[in-house]
Amino acid sequence: MSYLEYNVKRMPTGLSKVLHLNWPLVLLIVAVACMGFLMLYSVAGGAMRPWADPQMKRFAVGLGLMFAIAFTPLWFWRSIAGVAYAVSVLLLLGVEFFGTVGMGAKRWLELGPIRLQPSELAKITLLMALAAYYDWLDLKRTSHPLWVFLALLIIMIPTLLVLRQPDLGTALLLSGGGVILMFIAGVSWIYFAVAIGAGVGGVSLVLASRGTEWQILRDYQYRRIDAFLDPGIDPLGAGYHITQAKIAMGSGGWSGRGFMEGTQSRLNFLPEKHTDFIFTTLAEELGFVGAATLLFLYLLILVFAGYTVLRAATRFGSLLAAGVIVTFFLYFSVNMAMVMGLLPVVGVPLPLVSYGGSAMLVLMIGFGLLQSAHVHCPRTRS
Amino acid sequence: MKRSPKEETDSARLITRRMLVLGGLKLGAMGALVWRMQDMQLRQSDQFRLLAEENRINMRLIPPTRGLIHDRNGVLIAGNEQNYRIVIVREDAGDVDMVFDRLRKLVDLSDEDIARARRDVMRNRPFVPVTVAERLSWEEVARVAANAPALPGITPEVGLSRHYPLFEDMSHVVGYVGPVSERDLEALEVPDPVLQIPRFQIGKIGVERAHEDNLRGSAGSRRIEVNAVGRVMRELDRVEGTPGQNVQLTLDARLQNFVQARLHGESAAVVVMDAASGDLLAISSSPGFDPNLFVRGISVPDYRALLEDPYRPLADKTVQGMYPPGSTFKMVTALAALDAGETNANERVFCPGHMDISGHRFHCWRRGGHGRMNLVSALSESCDVYFYEMALRVGIDRINAMSERLGLGIRYDLPMSAVASGLNPTREWKQARRGQAWLVGDTVNASIGQGFVLTTPLQLAVMTARLATNRAILPRLVRAVGGEELANAEAMSLDLRPEWLALIRRGMAECTNHARGTAYSSRIVTAEHRHAGKTGTSQVFSITRAEREAGIRRQEDLPWNRRNHALFVAFAPEDAPRIAVSVVVEHGGGGSSAAAPIGRDVVLAALNDGMPPLSAYPAPQRNRIETQMRELSARLRPLDRDGVDQA
Repeated sequence: MSYLEYNVKRMPTGLSKVLHLNWPLVLLIVAVACMGFLMLYSVAGGAMRPWADPQMKRFAVGLGLMFAIAFTPLWFWRSIAGVAYAVSVLLLLGVEFFGTVGMGAKRWLELGPIRLQPSELAKITLLMALAAYYDWLDLKRTSHPLWVFLALLIIMIPTLLVLRQPDLGTALLLSGGGVILMFIAGVSWIYFAVAIGAGVGGVSLVLASRGTEWQILRDYQYRRIDAFLDPGIDPLGAGYHITQAKIAMGSGGWSGRGFMEGTQSRLNFLPEKHTDFIFTTLAEELGFVGAATLLFLYLLILVFAGYTVLRAATRFGSLLAAGVIVTFFLYFSVNMAMVMGLLPVVGVPLPLVSYGGSAMLVLMIGFGLLQSAHVHCPRTRS
Repeated sequence: MKRSPKEETDSARLITRRMLVLGGLKLGAMGALVWRMQDMQLRQSDQFRLLAEENRINMRLIPPTRGLIHDRNGVLIAGNEQNYRIVIVREDAGDVDMVFDRLRKLVDLSDEDIARARRDVMRNRPFVPVTVAERLSWEEVARVAANAPALPGITPEVGLSRHYPLFEDMSHVVGYVGPVSERDLEALEVPDPVLQIPRFQIGKIGVERAHEDNLRGSAGSRRIEVNAVGRVMRELDRVEGTPGQNVQLTLDARLQNFVQARLHGESAAVVVMDAASGDLLAISSSPGFDPNLFVRGISVPDYRALLEDPYRPLADKTVQGMYPPGSTFKMVTALAALDAGETNANERVFCPGHMDISGHRFHCWRRGGHGRMNLVSALSESCDVYFYEMALRVGIDRINAMSERLGLGIRYDLPMSAVASGLNPTREWKQARRGQAWLVGDTVNASIGQGFVLTTPLQLAVMTARLATNRAILPRLVRAVGGEELANAEAMSLDLRPEWLALIRRGMAECTNHARGTAYSSRIVTAEHRHAGKTGTSQVFSITRAEREAGIRRQEDLPWNRRNHALFVAFAPEDAPRIAVSVVVEHGGGGSSAAAPIGRDVVLAALNDGMPPLSAYPAPQRNRIETQMRELSARLRPLDRDGVDQA
């Protein structure tokens, strides 16, 4: 780079940052959120309460948070990454010892009036920590076993704490996001090939051991696997929810049963219809057209966010943005696969659509960080 | 860390490469999602749509309205009464106990009622309506409705329940309805789904049971939308059922009521039949019972009282009761003898008061003997010896043949419960049943309706009608179903020689109208009502030697259940018979004293379509009869003639 070029390209400052936001991404996020409001209005039987109204307020807060984070210089986020990670691990430990029990799991921490869900926070801080780690790490050492082990340790600590709550969905997202980020950072193929091989081998070993003397899992655990593979076995038990969700989706057909006309959701056959299973309501009422449209919007978000990854000025910015994208992708793909019966039911919300404060805010913080990486890179003055 | 520009470029290139690989994987994953979506939403959509409909739509049956039962004049015998009840819905009531407390001030409710209702309320889901009280009066319902604002969750509802406005009058004929039992369901190969409706009622005995298929109708249905926990959201559509068909009986409710009142205090049975058509005008077994008790579900003490009553109110003595016909059987023996050519109108048989047959002495009821008897006087004065003689000449086989020809020993197909067939004892029957050979003494006993012969009051009425018309009259109870008159072809001729029948009828006419006749004291003096009858007294137990020595000579001195049965059969008017009547008074003592007076009253009531005219009675009896009729009138039920309009 020549001196001249360096002069021409400069970091945006002050109000000019607004111009350099990834605006298409902002618009797409708003569009998806609006679809969410619409569905929340519908599942409430055509009412803003109890879900659509609070969700809109939270989204407004999230949007503000996103802008605030976006305008904060990226180096600031890099410098607090380690501290943020440490704090969230401490908070997770706090949950372990002082947490509030709700719905059979210990997830919340009561800090005066604030109800905190540290596992949600950990999703962001883990990404920040890993991005900072690989930014700091010498490129040549990326695939060195010791440094790979260290990265795995960074991932394992919050994952195991979350798993103890127990919150399988979040734990999967944490570890999955982390490992994929390692892949993006350039850790050797071999590790992943070996891991996948071991995974496939392990699963087949577990399944093959069934009914033999060295059976690995308990009988009831196998039955759960059966119910997942074929919900018809136990239509009123474990498979009930997934069966009803499939009926809802399938009955939507090409163009759906009509907005607010979905019998499965309106008559309460659907479980968690406003949170994890909201996609089934959408698919039932708006049909294949509506469901595919949402998926297409998600795809566009991936594309425009991916643009940020490619043009980010620093390794930290690129990796952080990539981590946000990966997490976002895992969110919606796992959720959709789950309600369509392709994956077992784990508690993963549909990003930007499902009702819920923590997940929404964490996503918006993530997009804020991605925007920050987008804004804070030198560009030609225009 | 600070990196060289080359390192930065390498890093960026690596990230780009890996992002592209990942992007490909993501696209693949999303492709899988889209494929799954189209598979479910496009390819299998119809199937899932069907499942969704099955989820939300339930069928509920609407019980059909049961058909009504009327008498021949359109008087209502069995109807459907509006049944007011109040139901509570927990989620609307809020504080259930408070609502119950307020309700108790308005409606008569026992502690058990409240406890049961509270239990039901708590056991069901909060939106399920639970019945708190049933069969409320209109006043109570009005009071509840007026206080509706203070009674959240309480709604008055109206349903239909079976009601028998004539109470015990028709209990044995019409029967009653009751809840469907397991046995009822097992008896059916393909049970009507309507039977599964909670608290649905079907006919249990009598016409209600026999004509169940006509009366029930078919269920309607409504399709309702329900949510996941079964709450009814709305009604989608409704198909009304077909109400049951009305059934019209041949009975005359007014006559039946008169008969029932006349039999008050007796254990007795009366059958009144239209002699020409066989239509049953009255078929009454006393005492009756209130069928409405069974509709509601009879209480244990009430039911035990009915079972333990020595007069057996639950039994229908008209068709189920089998009695030795006694002297009312003598027409059969006489006709058998005439038909066989073994006697004629003029032959006389001497009655010394007894007859010795194969070493055994058979007595005439008149110990002193009747003297010389011909057929007419033997019937009129009921001489036993004359018929012993005839029995010896004719033999049991020909007596049985005539008995059957006259309608005895035959099971009639009437829509009533447990219709009995009676018994014409044959040689084979005795051999099979008792393992003994038929003796001539058995024939002698049978000739006067004793021994093994058994008949029902219905059969005796049929016999009388056949004697009166020379036709094979068959009894009929149902006149029309669903407004359509049932065909009733004229009965076939019996082919008995008219001269012989005339002899028999004269014998019967003299029995009631000749000064020496056994029923002379129960004669009718108005010519147009005059009847021809025959008394009968059938022995239940002989008076034992011990009793005789204790001074018991007369029936009245015996305990009630050891007395003789009293019987009487008659047709009237004597010259142009319109009706045939049979009377059996269980343990009544004697036919002429206990049964004939009832027979006369019934004949007069039937011919006059109401109360018997006093002028029909012999003058010396009128004072006594007048008092008797006044007492009887007090027991008559004022008939709701408005019921005619509902026919």
